[in-house]
Amino acid sequence: MMTRANEVTPINSTLGTAVAASNVQRSFNGRDVLKGVNLTIKGDEFVALLGRSGTGKSTLLRILGGLDADYEGDVLVPQRRAVVFQESRLIPWQRVLANVVLGLGTGNGGRAALKARGLEALGEVGLAEHAHDWPLTLSGGESQRVALARALVREPQLMLLDEPFGALDALTRIKMHALLQRLCARHRPAVLLVTHDVDEAILLADRAVVLVEGEIALDTRIDVEHPRDRSDPAFVELRNRLLKELGVQEVDARPSLLHTASDVETEFNNRYKQSFR
Amino acid sequence: MSVIDLVTRKSSNEDEKSNSSDVITLTHPIPKRRRRTSLRVPRLVRRVVGPLIVLALWQWSCSAGVFTSFEVASPIAVIDAARELWNQGVLQSNLLISLRRVAEGLGVGVTVGVIFAVLSGLFRVGEDLVDPVIQAARAVPILGLVPLAIIWFGVGELPKIFLIALGSTFAIYINTFAGIRGVDTKLVEAGQTFGLSRWGLVRRIILPGALPSFLVGLRLALVGSWLIVIVAEEINAQSGIGYLIMQAQTTDRTDIMMMGLAIYAILGLLADALVRLLERRLLSWRRTFAGA
Repeated sequence: MMTRANEVTPINSTLGTAVAASNVQRSFNGRDVLKGVNLTIKGDEFVALLGRSGTGKSTLLRILGGLDADYEGDVLVPQRRAVVFQESRLIPWQRVLANVVLGLGTGNGGRAALKARGLEALGEVGLAEHAHDWPLTLSGGESQRVALARALVREPQLMLLDEPFGALDALTRIKMHALLQRLCARHRPAVLLVTHDVDEAILLADRAVVLVEGEIALDTRIDVEHPRDRSDPAFVELRNRLLKELGVQEVDARPSLLHTASDVETEFNNRYKQSFR
Repeated sequence: MSVIDLVTRKSSNEDEKSNSSDVITLTHPIPKRRRRTSLRVPRLVRRVVGPLIVLALWQWSCSAGVFTSFEVASPIAVIDAARELWNQGVLQSNLLISLRRVAEGLGVGVTVGVIFAVLSGLFRVGEDLVDPVIQAARAVPILGLVPLAIIWFGVGELPKIFLIALGSTFAIYINTFAGIRGVDTKLVEAGQTFGLSRWGLVRRIILPGALPSFLVGLRLALVGSWLIVIVAEEINAQSGIGYLIMQAQTTDRTDIMMMGLAIYAILGLLADALVRLLERRLLSWRRTFAGA
């Protein structure tokens, strides 16, 4: 069942397609942010959407999430979809469990069944024992895991992730990557991950889409073998290709031997210099 | 000692001018004496000390003859006056009447203030219609309305409740309105994406988000309503604490006048404590700075 992002009229679409967006345009005060984007995502595909800040990544995600109605073009998305934002956006005055089941109807099983569902989702992210805590007592990583549970409990056919790990420290980010991979393997939703972290994109996604100034500049499968290793030549080659597409130039072409995300961060700063187009 | 001088590198050349970067002076990040001591006085005791000092000074100045008993009654005289009126049954009945007026006026004021704040907080049209009217009405001095209130509502309970309601409603309106508008749009957006209905958004996100501001308004409204009740009772009443004060003026009973004021002060303190209790119960989710 597919619906237009901001309408409720159900439209049956091609089986196995989670996103069908054609010629999507959006401008803010006369500035064109999206200039005719075409994007199709299959039912269990993990797509990373890369781009420098201000290129319209989040704008596209907000349109798909039904948070922005003022776009032109045709957009079809599943009815069951969930968003995880960069900030957890938990409601501070609702306990963790209430946050997870926010907006869900009680359904057939009543309150008890809803509670059980919420606890199960919290268990999946390893936070069942925090169900009755206040969100403000959680750490950044824990809040983000609750946000993941809140998305998963809806059994989404499309998960929209808007730089969900951008505000986390490097070590927490590594754990979150592993968690997200486990969860996606189990639930198999279509995923659109908006990120500016090229390594994150290659580690997690099946496909990388690069957005440059409101247009798709590159759309490629990621064929690096699992488990993905940053020192794999295929990984390095794809990273270089994506960085080039993003307008970042390599200064020093030493082979990469990076193991932790913080290494990546320092190395990145040492080895690449930004060149603005 | 809290400061240690540490010479990190001895210069080989003695007559070389000493470089300031060679010597690092180490100090504690916070001087030791400023760090928290383990000996702490209970909160309640600390809060009571201030008023007790004022009381002691008051009693002392009366006993020492700084004021005559006609100018200022001593705390002991005030307590005696209260006991005298209590034994006559006058104090209880008038206190109850004042309390009832405040409760009724405040009830009306809070209800009206919240309704208008929600209307103009949630809807642009509501804001455009309601807000200018309230801002203009707020500028009118309430005490200037006393003669009109008597013409409109006579001399019974109604003008008093009207004035008290008016005296409390603006604080509620302004704070609740600001609270609603101050709710983080990111939370509202999250609620929308997770399928909350319009009413669900209002009930689960917007109103709870405005609650802290509402409680600030409630504190101001409580003060405002006690302010108005005394004036309303002094101008035209046959009962209430304000009436007792006016009666005492005609009989030159300074002790009774001051007793009336003391009762207002105590009630104000109790009302504030009540709102603090409410805040602690309702806002337990907050982890904000609570003072050093």
